[in-house]
Amino acid sequence: MIIAIITRTSIAAVGDQFTATTTMLGRGYRMLRRQPLLFPIMLVQPMVWLLLYSQLFNRLPRLGGFGTDSYLQFLAPGIAVISAFSHGAWEGPGMIADIERGALDRFLTTPMPPSTLVVSRTVQAAIIGSLQAAAVVAVAYAFGARPNDLISVLVILVSAALICAGFAAFSYALALLFRRQETMIAVGQFAVLPFMFLSATLTSVAQMPPWMQEVSALNPVSWAVDAARTSMLGTAGSRVLVDLAVLVLLVAAMQVFARFALGRYRRAL
Amino acid sequence: MGNVIEVRHLVKRYGDVEAVADVSLALPEGDVLCLLGPNGAGKSTTVRILSTLTRASAGSGQIAGYDLNRQTRQIRQSIGYVAQEAGTDAYLTGRENLLVQAAAHRIRGRAAQDRVAELLELVQLEYAADRLARTYSGGMRRRLEIAMGIVHRPRLLFLDEPTTGLDPQARTALWSGLAGIAAEQQLSILLTTHYLEEADQLADRIVIINGGRVVAEGTPAELKARVATDSDHPAGLDEVYQRYAGPVEEVLAP
Ligand SMILES: Nc1ncnc2c1ncn2[C@@H]1O[C@H](COP(=O)(O)OP(=O)(O)OP(=O)(O)O)[C@@H](O)[C@H]1O
Ligand SMILES: [Mg+2]
Repeated sequence: MIIAIITRTSIAAVGDQFTATTTMLGRGYRMLRRQPLLFPIMLVQPMVWLLLYSQLFNRLPRLGGFGTDSYLQFLAPGIAVISAFSHGAWEGPGMIADIERGALDRFLTTPMPPSTLVVSRTVQAAIIGSLQAAAVVAVAYAFGARPNDLISVLVILVSAALICAGFAAFSYALALLFRRQETMIAVGQFAVLPFMFLSATLTSVAQMPPWMQEVSALNPVSWAVDAARTSMLGTAGSRVLVDLAVLVLLVAAMQVFARFALGRYRRAL
Repeated sequence: MGNVIEVRHLVKRYGDVEAVADVSLALPEGDVLCLLGPNGAGKSTTVRILSTLTRASAGSGQIAGYDLNRQTRQIRQSIGYVAQEAGTDAYLTGRENLLVQAAAHRIRGRAAQDRVAELLELVQLEYAADRLARTYSGGMRRRLEIAMGIVHRPRLLFLDEPTTGLDPQARTALWSGLAGIAAEQQLSILLTTHYLEEADQLADRIVIINGGRVVAEGTPAELKARVATDSDHPAGLDEVYQRYAGPVEEVLAP
């Protein structure tokens, strides 16, 4: 009896969360669609990275440890992941805009579950991140870098979605704690380069100095790149599942952090 | 009929600042209560607590019959809140803003479309319904925000300085509109304002806050009678305000 009630209320809660999330996604989509140049830039930027780096470092695989002779093939999953990461790291300013315009406060006085305000944005970011990854995979394909199979494409998209979601939630948390647009812009500008260079995005770990190898192993971007790349190259083992599981944990932890930050935000209102 | 607001000894501290030091309020169902007080008195902070946006550091009470500290979700279903700097989404149209707000209250589909059309008519924004809110004038935006605040037919509406920045005509238009809604829907309203004549006309009850404390309360007539020095000449509300809105030490001095 009690269990039945608990199950029913938690199903109702999930249902609430779901409908509220679709509401917020619809709002987000309309607002994004009206930003001029946004979608073209979102899709072209990863391609610029992909084509520039693949030209610049074309000969890199000769150094060894890349698992393929084609640098484009090696690079594509890395760029897919780092584009999604970058999108996530730049999510903070959108949250600040909602805070500054009073939209966040407005939703906080509706019966919508407060967590929706973080969850829906995270889902939206993850969708965009994986679309960017899909565009990278498509362009790489057009230039001759074939993914191993369809499942490997799926793994690339999921890795991109997870890394994006993790860092998006992290930047929402910072936005809610600091509430400063300049801070969030600085975070976005700072994040991409160190996370990219201190990971296996551009080069094989074997080519890094030892200290960098150690840092890279702790960098979530490396976990996502690892899962995406071994899938792309068809060398994936059970390690992929570990990488993805750890990324899921990262997303969950960042959701908790963002919820905590939302609580702090409310108390400071 | 009971009170839609019944709160006791609310306190809100931000670090060392005590924005609300001691506020107790009661609002009978169907009435309009005006919160008056100088800048920084704690009006907006009080409204943010009552609307469940933020939690009081201390104090308790009921809003729409629900416990302020424990039943926030039920309270949110029963109230509308329009902030001092309220947030419409600039890149949504007026209609879309209303539809999103309706959906946040779980009103969707046909019911939402109908309700939104009704509200657009009520606040006279039909002609601009499908324009982006960023193209609205201040007065239009304020009317949209108020419509958003009542999309779910709340019992109680909080309005923080709803008429600030509006021209005199827009202000009167807004008030006659709101009075209409309030009468029709049995809506209780708590609003803050710096326009004394507005309070005088609209309020069933006035509460003056100063330095985070309630320094005076009553019907407009009661307050005027209390301040009058000469029983043949009742005071105006501006004299009442003068008496209670000065430096808080003087006001509280016996
Ligand atoms: N989020 C906050 N953090 C810190 N201090 C705050 C915060 N909000 C308000 N205060 C302080 O609390 C006091 C009351 O502010 P509040 O906004 O409630 O006043 P108000 O009566 O609405 O004034 P106004 O008429 O100017 O709108 C002020 O001293 C203000 O500086
Ligand atoms: Mg205020």
